[in-house]
Amino acid sequence: MKKKLLTFAAAGALSLSMAMSGIAHAADTIKVGVLHSLSGTMAISETTLKDTVLMMVDDLNKQGGLLGKKVEAVVVDPASNWPLFAEKMRELITVNDVDVVFGCWTSVSRKSVLPVVEELNGMLFYPVQYEGEESSKNVFYTGAAPNQQAIPAVEYLMSEDGGEAKRWVLLGTDYVYPRTTNKILRAFLHSKGVKDEDIMENYTPFGHSDWQTIVAEVKKFASAGKKTAVVSTINGDANVPFYKELGNQGIKAEDIPVVAFSVGEEELAGLDTAPLVGHLAAWNYFMSVDNPENDAFIQKWHAFIKDEKRVSNDPMEATYIGFKMWTQAVEQAGTTDVDAVRQAMYGQKVKNLTGGIAVMNTNHHLSKPVLIGEIQPDGQFETVWETDGVVKGDAWSDYIPESAKLTADWTYPWVCGNCKEPKFKALIN
Amino acid sequence: MKTISTFVGSLLLLLTLTLSGPVAAQGFDELVTDLSAKSFNAKIKAVEKVAETGDDRAAAVLRAMLEGRLFERKEDGKVFITTREGRAYVLTDPLTLKEVGQVKSSTLKKIKVNNRLRGVLNGALGSLTLLSKDPVKRASAAEAVFKNRSADDIPALEKAMERETDAGVKAKMEMALAAIQLTADSPEEIKIAAVDVLTGHPTPEVRALLGGVVQSEQVESVAKAAAEALSDIERRLAFFNAIGNVFQGLSLGSVLLLAAVGLAITFGVMGVINMAHGELVMLGAYTTFMVQEVFRAYFPGAFDWSVIVAIPLAFGVSGLFGIAIERGVIRYLYGRPLETLLATWGLSLILQQLVRSLFGPTNRDVGSPSWMSGSVEVTGGLVLTYNRMWIIFFSLLVLGLLLLVIRKTAFGLQMRAVTQNRQMAGSMGIRTGYVDALTFGLGAGIAGVAGVALSQIDNVSPNLGQAYIIDSFMVVVFGGVGNLWGTLVGAFSLGIINKFLEPFAGTVLAKILVLIAIILFIQKRPRGLFALKGRAVEA
Repeated sequence: MKKKLLTFAAAGALSLSMAMSGIAHAADTIKVGVLHSLSGTMAISETTLKDTVLMMVDDLNKQGGLLGKKVEAVVVDPASNWPLFAEKMRELITVNDVDVVFGCWTSVSRKSVLPVVEELNGMLFYPVQYEGEESSKNVFYTGAAPNQQAIPAVEYLMSEDGGEAKRWVLLGTDYVYPRTTNKILRAFLHSKGVKDEDIMENYTPFGHSDWQTIVAEVKKFASAGKKTAVVSTINGDANVPFYKELGNQGIKAEDIPVVAFSVGEEELAGLDTAPLVGHLAAWNYFMSVDNPENDAFIQKWHAFIKDEKRVSNDPMEATYIGFKMWTQAVEQAGTTDVDAVRQAMYGQKVKNLTGGIAVMNTNHHLSKPVLIGEIQPDGQFETVWETDGVVKGDAWSDYIPESAKLTADWTYPWVCGNCKEPKFKALIN
Repeated sequence: MKTISTFVGSLLLLLTLTLSGPVAAQGFDELVTDLSAKSFNAKIKAVEKVAETGDDRAAAVLRAMLEGRLFERKEDGKVFITTREGRAYVLTDPLTLKEVGQVKSSTLKKIKVNNRLRGVLNGALGSLTLLSKDPVKRASAAEAVFKNRSADDIPALEKAMERETDAGVKAKMEMALAAIQLTADSPEEIKIAAVDVLTGHPTPEVRALLGGVVQSEQVESVAKAAAEALSDIERRLAFFNAIGNVFQGLSLGSVLLLAAVGLAITFGVMGVINMAHGELVMLGAYTTFMVQEVFRAYFPGAFDWSVIVAIPLAFGVSGLFGIAIERGVIRYLYGRPLETLLATWGLSLILQQLVRSLFGPTNRDVGSPSWMSGSVEVTGGLVLTYNRMWIIFFSLLVLGLLLLVIRKTAFGLQMRAVTQNRQMAGSMGIRTGYVDALTFGLGAGIAGVAGVALSQIDNVSPNLGQAYIIDSFMVVVFGGVGNLWGTLVGAFSLGIINKFLEPFAGTVLAKILVLIAIILFIQKRPRGLFALKGRAVEA
């Protein structure tokens, strides 16, 4: 009897101490979730972002962590499988108990995690350029909105320096980002007097590899007597065979320039870019930009990844800015509580790697500069045009009539991501 | 000591330059400095002025600018032609075209070039190199002049045409001259004659030019002639376009054929549903990658041969994997298609993960040999890419060799005997298990060879195989199970149908339509295009 009691007591003590150490353990670390595909068609782009977050976490710990605690990254692999993104998001928040998640690349993956992160009141930093038309209370969009990438790029191609394009081919992968971006672009082109017969739209599945017909069609479309430009929202590794086919069929940038919104330094690595010189990309960051912040970032990246040849790109910068802003907001709020951190996020400032200062706005989008670059033989981009200052990210496009009326503002009196009127009546006046 | 002498030397050079400068090259000197202007508009003006001087050095300077080798020295804004040597740059003075030393990259600023400027540079270089000794350069110069369409080039062009001996280059120059005459301010009859000349060259560029003329031309007779020429060219281009579509269809068909022909052996002849077939293709592609890595490291000069060397190796690697799969798994499952399907599906996942663990999830860069890069322009508007042509040829070669093995060798005879009547073959002394393993190995090896070809047009990633497995089954079933000729006809007809649908229906819908057509076809003819007849079918 006595023995039994003793065992019982011991077990009780043990479980108590375990529970306590559990609490102590949880209190010791701040957990950061990383939700990027490490396999599948998007791995080519997303693996780097996982490494970027790990580098930032590593860096933060070297400086003594956050709020006196160590920061720990929890990495999961949603494998380019969109429903799996939602499952992994739920796992990160409920099982791993993370305080914030950095993740997603394709819009379809973001749309898939959106209900989960809103239901569980999590916080997601989304680091990729996207189609806009969204503002969630639980998501901070550190990539470019269409008015920070697509619209300036098309305006550049319309300008004298860009070649005064009159006919437009909109090529995209068949999912929400290209379709919405092209909808906005079509509306924008209409507003500039371009007729429907001068716009060609074409969609291909993820991982498409046989580009012969489409490239030949583009050539045919371009031979109608007006300067033609291609706007590419092709995503993932389908870009490699696409650019190979462009090179093989001898489409030169002087004749038909291709401007891409999803092709950065990483996608060009391992591709012979000599036949592609002059094709364009619009981003908020290029590795080639000569800036002390950028040099320091690239050095740190090379030291972390232990490979001098690795490139940096725009979504990495967006991840960097997002992570920095989040640490600043956590320090300001003194807690990792999602609601407190969200309030502290508004107005956070971080130096851009390309110069200037990025600011988080109350519509959860950044103010950033826009750069347009041309592909060089060494696989880098050379900036040929940039905005004078920063451009404020616009969640709802002004060129789609029904979205132009909507406002995203998560501060009083609006407190809403897609409203025509403020939720509260302002007391002033 | 040496530095002093270099210093004195450069000082002397500078002195002689400044002395000789005002007399001979002051204009050119200033114009070259203008090339480093800030705005692209100013740069374009400077380029035009440099070209106008007709100076011998102009071509060298402009070519360097086009190639991104023209730099400005930060300290004094002087412009240099550079060549990169490691991390340093060798400077060449654009005025003397002599090397003047080496500096670190941080002391220089590149003179940026954009597409518009590149076009102007090409045009300027075009009129400067029309008299080049190299016919290839003259041809590209004529093309550049055609695109540039500047009336200033007419004298240079006429002079070059008089001297031209190469018929092909001369035709290009005629086109360029006609294009300039048509768009510049010339008399009516010259414009109409120019339209006539252009009608003889039905290319997309001419179509674009005429399309523009039809819209903007004021003189009615010229506009009418241009419109007629345009419709004539459009008719011819439509014809070339149809030929181009057939070629693209053949090319897609050849890819399908390569992917399916191995399956035609394992599934068609042996009746094994091998879901890991795509992964055997993928292994072939990774073998190509490995071979290229070896070539890059040890024989960079012979890189063009790497793909050829990879073919037998890929056959061997995938073939051995195939034999291992047959001996290890499939032989226990003969006659149980459902279990085979599940087991090989599992194997495909294992193989994918194996490759992912070994090589990482990201794509591997497989280079193309020079003889597979670029394209040939058969006539204007019909461009055939070399890589596709080689793959069509290669797929037919593989099929031919396979037929030869099956028809003419002892192994082929044993293989046919075993698949037609296993007991009878066994009682005649054929080791049926041995033949099974080799047959499966043959099918797998061919899959590996297909991987070598696919590495040239698709991304080499662990998922490579998955993209082709469905298509391969489709081809084999459509063509008729157990018939290699059926596979050939099936692959090419599916490819061509797909490519003819694509322009109208789009890529996604075209695939769906083809799939629906096959489902309907199988309803009507369950055994495919070329059904096997006779007793063997029922066995």
